[in-house]
Amino acid sequence: MSDRASDRVRTALGALELPNPVLTASGCGGTGRELAQFFDLTRLGAFVTTSVMPQARAGRPTPRVTETPSGLLTAMGLPGPGIETFLERDLPWLIEQDVRTIVSIAGNSVEEFGDLARRLRHVPGVAAIEVNVACPNVEDRGRMFGWHPSAAASVLRAVRAAARPGTPIFAKLAPDVTDIVGIALACVDAGADGLTLINTMDGMAIDPHTLRPALTGVSGGLSGPAIRPVAVRCVYQVHAALPSTPIIGVGGIATGLDALEFILAGASAVAVGTALFHDPAAGPRVLRELDEALAARRIGRLPDAVGLAHKPAGYVPPQVRPQEPEKEKL
Amino acid sequence: MSDTPVQTSATVLTVRQVQDYHAMTLVAPAIAERFRPGQFVAVAVGGEHTARLVRRCFGVHQVQSDYGGTVEVVFADTEPGTGWLAGRRARDQLDLLGPLGRPFRLPRDPVSCLLAAGGPGGAAVFALADTLVRRGCQVHFVLAGPSAKQVFGSRMAQRIGDTATVVTEDGSLGEKGTMSDVLPRVVQETGADVVYACGPTGLLRAVTRVAGEFGLPSQVSVEEFLQRTGACGIGVCMTCMLPLHGDDGVTRMVRACADGPVLRGDRVRWGDLGTIPFDALGAPRVLSVTEGGPK
Repeated sequence: MSDRASDRVRTALGALELPNPVLTASGCGGTGRELAQFFDLTRLGAFVTTSVMPQARAGRPTPRVTETPSGLLTAMGLPGPGIETFLERDLPWLIEQDVRTIVSIAGNSVEEFGDLARRLRHVPGVAAIEVNVACPNVEDRGRMFGWHPSAAASVLRAVRAAARPGTPIFAKLAPDVTDIVGIALACVDAGADGLTLINTMDGMAIDPHTLRPALTGVSGGLSGPAIRPVAVRCVYQVHAALPSTPIIGVGGIATGLDALEFILAGASAVAVGTALFHDPAAGPRVLRELDEALAARRIGRLPDAVGLAHKPAGYVPPQVRPQEPEKEKL
Repeated sequence: MSDTPVQTSATVLTVRQVQDYHAMTLVAPAIAERFRPGQFVAVAVGGEHTARLVRRCFGVHQVQSDYGGTVEVVFADTEPGTGWLAGRRARDQLDLLGPLGRPFRLPRDPVSCLLAAGGPGGAAVFALADTLVRRGCQVHFVLAGPSAKQVFGSRMAQRIGDTATVVTEDGSLGEKGTMSDVLPRVVQETGADVVYACGPTGLLRAVTRVAGEFGLPSQVSVEEFLQRTGACGIGVCMTCMLPLHGDDGVTRMVRACADGPVLRGDRVRWGDLGTIPFDALGAPRVLSVTEGGPK
């Protein structure tokens, strides 16, 4: 198969059209330069940046990561260069390489989120903004914005008001909440054009040698194939409630069939995260495998498969039909 | 560009037990031809459908030109992932990334070089020694370990080095003592102009201190720290961070993998390893309990 992605995998996240549905997950692709050593980033549907914050942040002390069964537990503390350096050094490089870029933003207050969106307002080359609401709200005893529909909505409202009107905004939600559908509805009501599901979920590991928590942050975010069933469930539930809202599915995607699972659950695009730590070229490989998987199932266009798992068994959408009609042979 | 790393499926040629460690030779021509001493490889463990997602990073002990190009790594079987690696046999395939990281900077002139090493990662100084010898440099080894079984390559050091000093804590091989005990004497005896080191961070810290006392430049590979804290080896996961003092006097948290593993010893804030120093760029301005502040 050629390197060029086939038309079969073209997709759209609302108004944002993409040549293929495979993105990198925020926080897993570095600045882009590191992955570019292993493949051409323009082959991705889009590159999602590490969450950028208003100021430079060193993050948490090491150890920041520990390996768990089929997963990673990380407590990074949102390290990053800050918006200033990001706009001077990292974003221009991505734009120069013609990489479709979705900028992830994170703040510790509603105001900070708004400020970040305002800074991006006049920056060309921002395909979309992803709002990382899994941040502690310092104005609310450090509780996560993403835990409460009202707090998440106030962030999205501030970002929507400050961002350039045409820029699509995605809210990235964490799964360890009582009702993710309620939070998704609140975010969409507040102006989110789409949703990224899911962020990591809180977990903990204790080192049997030191007899203390394995991470300096005590608890950390669990990612990788270990959380894939949780992510698929979230995408399925939210798509059922909001069928016209585009979803970026994230959570333990390592193969093309994993990606297909998210698409069938209702995602229009998928992001590869932890798999990049294990295999830097996972993005193009997942895309190739997904393309083959669609072809093998005689799905001519990816959008036809979005949310197909919601349909009753035996239902075949009009567009999903054999490529070579067998009747002609008769 | 020949200095960009590659991802390759490497064939295991041999796995040998050497003292307490395992030495594995892999056929990886694309990595061997790009390799410069001090660089490392990142190995995926557990096979195709592995549940272990963290890549294991190992400094390269030596590269050879047979079979189109081989790389040899030395590692200790300390956890299930390295245990799995130790169980590989000839003709098994491994997914390898490399060569990664910044190499040792080499002296322009044929000077006298002191190479200090400890632990399995210390094996990486032998690739450096080969290059230095070819450039006409004098090479003096100091190998340290808790006991004879944890000193890698003492005979090889005696063969290729102008001098070789071995020191063990229990005196089971060479002198009895630690790196800091013998290093000042060896520096004086050999008239070393530059000090290179690879091994556990405690050893690197001691080497840096002694080099500083004699006014010598030190280049150290923090490969062991990287092995302990890193996850990807290529600079995207941001977990192998350590505080480094910059030219401008500002301390930054840098990645042991992509900004190292070879660093100037005098620039690493050894005492602050595993912390975010309060004066580091981006350090939390208000220390709360949850941010790692006073409990």
